[in-house]
Amino acid sequence: MMTNTGNRLTQGQFSFLPDLTDAQITAQIKYALKNGWAVNVEYTDDPHPRNTYWEMFGMPMFDLKDPAGILMEINNCRKTFSNHYIRVTAFDSSRGIESPRMSYLVNRPKKEPGFGLVRQEVDGRSIRYTIHSYATDKPENERY
Amino acid sequence: MSEAQSQTPPVTDKVDLDAEFKASNIQEVLDKLDRELIGLMPVKTRIRETAALLLVDRVRKQMGLTAGAPSLHMCFTGNPGTGKTTVALRMAEILHRLGYVREGHLVSVTRDDLVGQYIGHTAPKTKEVIKKAMGGVLFIDEAYYLYKPENERDYGAESIEILLQVMENNRDDLVVILAGYKDRMDKFFHSNPGMRSRIAHHIDFPDYSAEELVAIARLMLAAQNYRFSTEGEKAFGEYIRLRMTLEHFANARSVRNALDRARLRQANRLFASGKKNLSRQDLMTLEAEDIRASRVFSEGRLDQDMA
Repeated sequence: MMTNTGNRLTQGQFSFLPDLTDAQITAQIKYALKNGWAVNVEYTDDPHPRNTYWEMFGMPMFDLKDPAGILMEINNCRKTFSNHYIRVTAFDSSRGIESPRMSYLVNRPKKEPGFGLVRQEVDGRSIRYTIHSYATDKPENERY
Repeated sequence: MSEAQSQTPPVTDKVDLDAEFKASNIQEVLDKLDRELIGLMPVKTRIRETAALLLVDRVRKQMGLTAGAPSLHMCFTGNPGTGKTTVALRMAEILHRLGYVREGHLVSVTRDDLVGQYIGHTAPKTKEVIKKAMGGVLFIDEAYYLYKPENERDYGAESIEILLQVMENNRDDLVVILAGYKDRMDKFFHSNPGMRSRIAHHIDFPDYSAEELVAIARLMLAAQNYRFSTEGEKAFGEYIRLRMTLEHFANARSVRNALDRARLRQANRLFASGKKNLSRQDLMTLEAEDIRASRVFSEGRLDQDMA
């Protein structure tokens, strides 16, 4: 879940591949709709791997038949948050699963500074490690 | 209109329109339309024309002759019970067969589904409905309610604005069909000229004649495994002629209601007769007396429940 050498965020599906084209995104949405999953568009400017709750862009889209409507929302979101991370998730509501089945990025900031390793000295010579997104040093809305 | 087709047109010299017609299975849908919908000649003609246009368009594309997707937004006007909703459903299927819409489902909405109750509520609501309808047909019943000129703070106008925008920009994604009574729709279009100009096809649904209504009744009964006796059919013909002169006559919908009441009376008659061995025939047949018990005959007015 860390950034790779290209300094690109690698979270969710397809994240080691080049960015998906709209046609590819549409095909993935079609797959989700075929399985009856509800598709959501979410965005964030705090891409820490443990930050699982991203802001939702509009309501989850239930009962859709065609990907065109979702692509329209994605493009709206890209227009509004052009320099944020945007991902598409597909929620499976069937009993016993009730969680996202798909999640992939559809938009990235132009410059991704990546994550730094933070060392914390505790209890004598012990060290604890954590990662820290460089972008979050700045206040919200100025990060990317 | 699949992407692959539009990107790589296999440019040929000759195309077989007939073969293309057969491949699309469109005849089957048109036949079904002829079989299941009585009368409605202007409507059927227009559907045939639309089907022909889409087919020719498809063939043209194969020849490398591109033209923009034709605008297929429609407006159905007509009195109650003339089959506007039924035809809209069929339309979705036809457009799907011809590859004009991708999914071919029908989302049927009224004002309540589009217009919100407070500021900022309308846009998301309308957009949600539009998103659901994408890839299919959005059917707005009694569309004139969207616009209420007497209340200038009504949110209907906002909904119309969004619809107009989508009808223009997402022409490939959905087809909008408006439906309503003729005079009110005319008024609606008069105050929304933008809407009028974006709808290419205005189809007027004529009222049914008495013979057509009896034929419709026969079809409805057949679908429910009932049928008229010979006398029963004659009685129903008389009933319809009387009923047409009374108020609140709603064409096929009145027929359906009359049949439902006749079924009620038939059940009662069978029950009261106390017959031990009812045949399949008995259970299926509506007799003249089931029809003639209606108050339309005895008192010349409606049965207690309207329509």
